[in-house]
Amino acid sequence: MRDVAIYGTGMLQVSEHWDLSIIDLAGRAALEALNDAGLERVDALLVTNMLAACHSTGQLNLGARVADWVGLHGVEAYKVEAACGSGGAGFRSAWLAVASGAIDLALVVGVEKMTETPGPEITAGLATAADADFEVPMGPSFVALNALIMRRYQHEYGWPHEAFAGFSINAHANGARNPLARLQDPITAEDYRKARMVSDPINLLDASPVGDGAAAIVLGPAERVFPGGRRPRVLVAGSAAATDSIAIHDRNAPLRLTAAEKSAAAAYAMAGAGPGDIDVFELHDAFSIMSALSLEACGFAEPGQGPRLGDDGSILPGGRIPVASFGGLKARGHPVGATGVYQLAEVTRQLWGEAGACQIDGARVGLAQNIGGSGATIVTHVLRQA
Amino acid sequence: MEVSRHWRLKQQRYALVGEVCPSCQHKIFPPRDICPDCGEEARTTYQFSGRGEVFSFTTVRNAPTGFEESAPYTVALIKLDEGPMLTAQLTDLGEKPVEIGMPVEMVTRRLRSDGDRGMLVYGYKFRPALKAA
Ligand SMILES: [Zn+2]
Repeated sequence: MRDVAIYGTGMLQVSEHWDLSIIDLAGRAALEALNDAGLERVDALLVTNMLAACHSTGQLNLGARVADWVGLHGVEAYKVEAACGSGGAGFRSAWLAVASGAIDLALVVGVEKMTETPGPEITAGLATAADADFEVPMGPSFVALNALIMRRYQHEYGWPHEAFAGFSINAHANGARNPLARLQDPITAEDYRKARMVSDPINLLDASPVGDGAAAIVLGPAERVFPGGRRPRVLVAGSAAATDSIAIHDRNAPLRLTAAEKSAAAAYAMAGAGPGDIDVFELHDAFSIMSALSLEACGFAEPGQGPRLGDDGSILPGGRIPVASFGGLKARGHPVGATGVYQLAEVTRQLWGEAGACQIDGARVGLAQNIGGSGATIVTHVLRQA
Repeated sequence: MEVSRHWRLKQQRYALVGEVCPSCQHKIFPPRDICPDCGEEARTTYQFSGRGEVFSFTTVRNAPTGFEESAPYTVALIKLDEGPMLTAQLTDLGEKPVEIGMPVEMVTRRLRSDGDRGMLVYGYKFRPALKAA
């Protein structure tokens, strides 16, 4: 396997893009990343998306459609899908292709178009990440599945609901400095306490907003990116994925993200790094409970102690382990199949020193973790400045 | 739509039929080909009692397509007395507040309906246990 570097990134604001189709969204992010990399051609295109099959988009075979749209005529192209973990999975697939030497340059484009589909259809679409025989027919929304985990977690570890406020407040504060964020208004502890209940104990400020969005990254062999160029070289230092039972009820440890523990351990080992080396962490804060579980799984807190890091300032910019530096899923927004690519593009910009008002000073090693379903497919990456 | 799928699952949906692993005696629900506990082949059917307790629960207000008319409703993780856990709606709650650890028992109810001309799907729900097991 050869070392792989990130050549370019592109991100659109997560928003209600009434004027842009799923193809327009993907195409713009792809062209921005190609332009950023100074390239016109790549050898493979991977599109990551979750919901195009579920609703009115009416377009599958997205690889060929997007390749044609951005002028990559004839290139190898197809979709990678792992529910909300599609983006991380697609990036890992691109990394595998380039690292193996089989592909020279790869472009991964995450895209999701969510705002032109009626709410109940989106709710039903998101639920397809769960077990279609033994979870979905019982009527839980995807929020409800996370609520089942959160309530039991609070019950077993004794955390009151307010203990999770720090995750939401930090994400909104960081999102307010990111012009590409879906939500750019800071919130207070009071706002969190008074937020409308969605699926108890998850309220509106525990949950991330969906939206239309697209993000793209170009990957290529590291040896052709020279340190001392216009930006530091950023390498994919660790990459791993793991799975757990798709249904919460089938898991041996329903309050732990076992797939995150496994993929984080493997990604750390590959990178020769550990939790103490991480300067910035883009975690999958689709719901505040997932921030706590993800921090625990990646070695920043003992099981059951994740909320402490939201409360004691550790996760703030300048803290021990800054998370959601561009707003996270909570404020940047969660265009589900694109989210993992946003996370990796954000970590890359942190390590390039191009994070603007969201910059974490001196960030040299970053972690990105993308979760598909309520914990079923979890992809973890370590990026390093080199 | 999906008629054969619901027919395929009727033993589980109506009667809570799972499996017992011939190697390690682990009770399995929903049934599957390989025991999740020991990895041996599992083919022996096992009739669950339908009794268990609430492991966790929540209320669904924004329901997925097909469930809108029943909203709000309570979804729970139920820990069956025999060991495995499943996901189900709670029903017949009356004024009784739901609590973690509450004993429940299985009943058969309508799960969803697909509009006026659509199929009605029946299956298990759980209600507070009427008498101590
Ligand atoms: Zn067994």
